[in-house]
Amino acid sequence: MNRGAYQPRSRMRRLLKDRLFVILCMIGASLSLLALAILLGSILIQGLGHLDLSFFKDVPSAKPAKAGIGPAMWGSIWVCAACALAALPLGVGTAIFLEEFKPKKPWVRRLHGFLQLNITNLAGVPSIVYGILGLTVFVQLFGIVGNTNDPGFTFGSPDNWYYFQLPLGRGVLAGGLTLALVVLPIVIIASQEALRAVPDSLREAALASGATRWQMIRQMTLPAAVPGIMTGSILAMSRAIGEAAPMLVIAGVVYITFTPQHLMDEFTVMPLQIYNWAGLPQTEFHKVAATGIIVLLAVLLTFNALAVFIRQRFQQPLQ
Amino acid sequence: MNRIFTSAALGASVLIVSAVACGLQQPDLKNLSGSIKIDGSSTVYPITTAVDEAIREAGSRIKVTVGLSGTGGGFKRFVVGETDISNASRPITKDEVEAAKKNSVDFIELPVAYDGLSIVVNKSNDFVDYLTMVDIKKIFGAEAPAKTWSEVRSDWPNAPIKVFSPGTDSGTFDYFKEVVVGKEGKIRSDMQVSEDDNVLVTGVARDKNAIGFFGYAYLMENQDKLKVVPVDAGKGPITPTHQTIESGEYAPFSRPLFIYVNKKSAERPEVKAFVDFYLANGPKIVEEVRYVKLPAAITERAKANWAKLRTGTQYLNDKGEKVSGPLSKVYN
Repeated sequence: MNRGAYQPRSRMRRLLKDRLFVILCMIGASLSLLALAILLGSILIQGLGHLDLSFFKDVPSAKPAKAGIGPAMWGSIWVCAACALAALPLGVGTAIFLEEFKPKKPWVRRLHGFLQLNITNLAGVPSIVYGILGLTVFVQLFGIVGNTNDPGFTFGSPDNWYYFQLPLGRGVLAGGLTLALVVLPIVIIASQEALRAVPDSLREAALASGATRWQMIRQMTLPAAVPGIMTGSILAMSRAIGEAAPMLVIAGVVYITFTPQHLMDEFTVMPLQIYNWAGLPQTEFHKVAATGIIVLLAVLLTFNALAVFIRQRFQQPLQ
Repeated sequence: MNRIFTSAALGASVLIVSAVACGLQQPDLKNLSGSIKIDGSSTVYPITTAVDEAIREAGSRIKVTVGLSGTGGGFKRFVVGETDISNASRPITKDEVEAAKKNSVDFIELPVAYDGLSIVVNKSNDFVDYLTMVDIKKIFGAEAPAKTWSEVRSDWPNAPIKVFSPGTDSGTFDYFKEVVVGKEGKIRSDMQVSEDDNVLVTGVARDKNAIGFFGYAYLMENQDKLKVVPVDAGKGPITPTHQTIESGEYAPFSRPLFIYVNKKSAERPEVKAFVDFYLANGPKIVEEVRYVKLPAAITERAKANWAKLRTGTQYLNDKGEKVSGPLSKVYN
């Protein structure tokens, strides 16, 4: 090959540009790391002093020293559990339908494409919109079966752990279902990506050996996609636990001294509790808010670590 | 004179009645369960939650939840019967009363504390000695708002004014607006606005030429960072303190805070016990959370109205017109 067309001067400039690009990338990366370090550092300095075991048990209080995150933490756990139970089966099921059952008829295919487009768009809808949707649909059920004070249908009494009512009212289940709406598009898209990453040769091998489509999904595709699906789902749950806006609409309360006893019980979540503390006049409460942030961050990091662990544990070479 | 005497006598008798009632109630506080839903003003929130904390320390097992939807947002839920008690940093309005009537919600209006809207400037501001109502209107009103301090008073420096204000949806802003420019007037729009009062505190503390206003509790917590401005409303400059707010001297910026109780809820034993406790221990708790307690005479009137479940608001007259004036005149 003839490289004579390149002059040394131009080569120098190319190398200079290369160096410049690397330096720019490093500045960008270190700036974002620096911001994170400052954030974490200031929160740890402010909040660590208040962090002890009783902080997890105590209820909100007018005295900063006695304030705890107990009800909010349990509220978050209940709501996220309800959200996971609703969103994960629905999301993974939808992803399987969209990826593994591609229709052949042209008009069904168009419907299929329309569905896909909508899911992608829904992922970008601000969460407060889902909050208002959840308020109308789950909390009030369009007002067709009584109102929240006078529910049209009840099962058991509020003292039973299995108490159920329609409309759902401002309870844990309504909150969980609303959060499920928020994270559903994320779960679907992540699961689709995971399923798409499974090589077609596996599917073809299964089908060629006489497996039905159910057997193929159950025994080949789904197990191979589990690490990806789990990673996506757990990241979606991390998002759910940090959501404040839709919970503000649904829960409507920030002061609560008891943990939920059933799915219709009132609740609050950690982000709302932190927001509330940060807005109080006493500076001691701002430190309590920082402690709350530490707990929330710890829960989030645990979730993310779990996601990484599952990916490492289950990821095996496909060939 | 006669009137004072009868109200005192009434107050005393109510005191005895309520003391007896409390005495009877205290023992079975532990046996009460059930739940109470409360929502409304973020200004009243610290008082109501502190009351719940105290009643739980006394052994109550009532499940109380308190929301922070703001006075207006709280009333929206209250007038359809969704909540048992509504926290309010202003009296209920005509529209809200009509909505309640439509949903056949009757309510009892109970003042629980005073708050003093405090006007503050930067610590290093040494020229503002006090402000008259005219000065305040010049600074905050939308009609020819002062751009510099010298436009307010000519001997003040020719430095730009920076104005900080609570969110325009808050009861605090509503109250301030009505006092300064009246119901129809407008507050200037070129202000730094924040829903979070702590942001206002930091803003005024940082800017030498800043002025702002917020609730008394925020002033108490930040006295070392800010300089409070005495207000002259015709009777000489008055600084907001416990005494001046309680006595009504700090008019018109001392404002009453209320709770509104749904009458149907009031028949439930847990709601009755909670409000009894609120009125009996309110004055002490109010001081603890840095608000100003009501004069004893007004607390007694509230107790009397609660005892006989007197419904309706006293801030609207028979024709449905708004009544304004100091709490001691309006509320009886």
